[in-house]
Amino acid sequence: MQRTVSLTVNGKPASATVEGRTLLVQLLREHLGLTGTHVGCDTSQCGACVVHVNGEAVKSCTLLAVQAEGANVLTIEGVANGDTLHPMQEAFRNNHALQCGFCTPGMVMSALDLVKDNPRPTDREIREYLEGNLCRCTGYHNIVLAIAEGAAVMRGEAPPANPHGVAAE
Amino acid sequence: MYEFQYHRATSLDDAASRLADEEAKLVAGGMTLIPTLKLRLAKPTELIDLAAIPSLKGITEEGDAVVIGAMTRHADVNRSDVVKRAIPALATLAGHIGDPAVRNRGTIGGSIANNDPAADYPAAVVGLNATVRTNKREIAADQFFTGLFETALQPGEIVTAVRFPKVAQANYQKFKNPASRYAIVGVFVARTPAGVRVAVSGAGACVFRVPAMETALAANFSPDAIKDIQIPQDGLNSDIHASAEYRAHLVNVMARRAVQACA
Repeated sequence: MQRTVSLTVNGKPASATVEGRTLLVQLLREHLGLTGTHVGCDTSQCGACVVHVNGEAVKSCTLLAVQAEGANVLTIEGVANGDTLHPMQEAFRNNHALQCGFCTPGMVMSALDLVKDNPRPTDREIREYLEGNLCRCTGYHNIVLAIAEGAAVMRGEAPPANPHGVAAE
Repeated sequence: MYEFQYHRATSLDDAASRLADEEAKLVAGGMTLIPTLKLRLAKPTELIDLAAIPSLKGITEEGDAVVIGAMTRHADVNRSDVVKRAIPALATLAGHIGDPAVRNRGTIGGSIANNDPAADYPAAVVGLNATVRTNKREIAADQFFTGLFETALQPGEIVTAVRFPKVAQANYQKFKNPASRYAIVGVFVARTPAGVRVAVSGAGACVFRVPAMETALAANFSPDAIKDIQIPQDGLNSDIHASAEYRAHLVNVMARRAVQACA
């Protein structure tokens, strides 16, 4: 049975006519054309599909669109300010924290979820928080550096030294 | 996924009346059910969403117990000051289920009603000798989990809350699958007012207690007291993640670590 779902996506009202079984990620990608949110494993393990629903990170491949009725959804497309990257996105660029980039939208959304509750995360806390986000290229090292830098800039501090993230080790 | 109808229940009575249709299914956080639907392992005619029933959410203290509403999410249990103070092991357990995004959706009621053999909450419910409240009755933990994905819940019965006695000395140790974060073996050890309890998740078809360890720990609460107590591997899970023999070994290791962490 088709039904209309109305929600707020990246600050703007949106609605789509979907089936009960339509996933939130399908609504975002196929109905609204917001293809920044990716589907990697489709089994809620990899985290490429992470978006924020009512301010909290969720895996949009494991949420029905109808469950998000009335919700406030933030995707990677809603993070930047026009052409100016969000400090967390800028930190990923600065630190070469991506290679193929497939996992990056989910990484950034999870990073923002972490920093919301913990503005000064340790490297260990960052690594633990990323247990639901898999990257097959980078080995996570530069992702962790990027999130630490993004968090620092969001706190109003200068980015740490060594912005390239090519740590000698 | 097969197609289904979706209904957002407005009250417990509304959900229960819809559940009279035996082909209907409840959805709580959906962290297990939606993957199950994707694999076409279930074919409900209707999904009844419990998310909009306020009485199912929240954490309250009732004398010497903590009552957690069925739709309370793992992230809420993990962050709860009440749970952290009264049963710190339970808050810690909730903070290691799945990953942060899963913990923002998954619920305690959904977890125990599903009774996945590798879920974490069943070990806490049995280990702490909790009581499961439903829309019809109260069920003791030892009677609630009855087998592989099986519980004592009757058709039309809905978990509304879980009542945990306050137990300061308890610990849960999990040897987890690194991809899914499910327990390959998880052992919950608790020194409850009624005695020491040892509950094991992940190893068998359903959570189970280890009476030999409980007796030994009652006499001497130390890891050494149980180091020679090996559980039989017959009937334990054996799959690509771990053999039954390995799981039997892990039960002893995780139990000793849990005792060490409590002591």
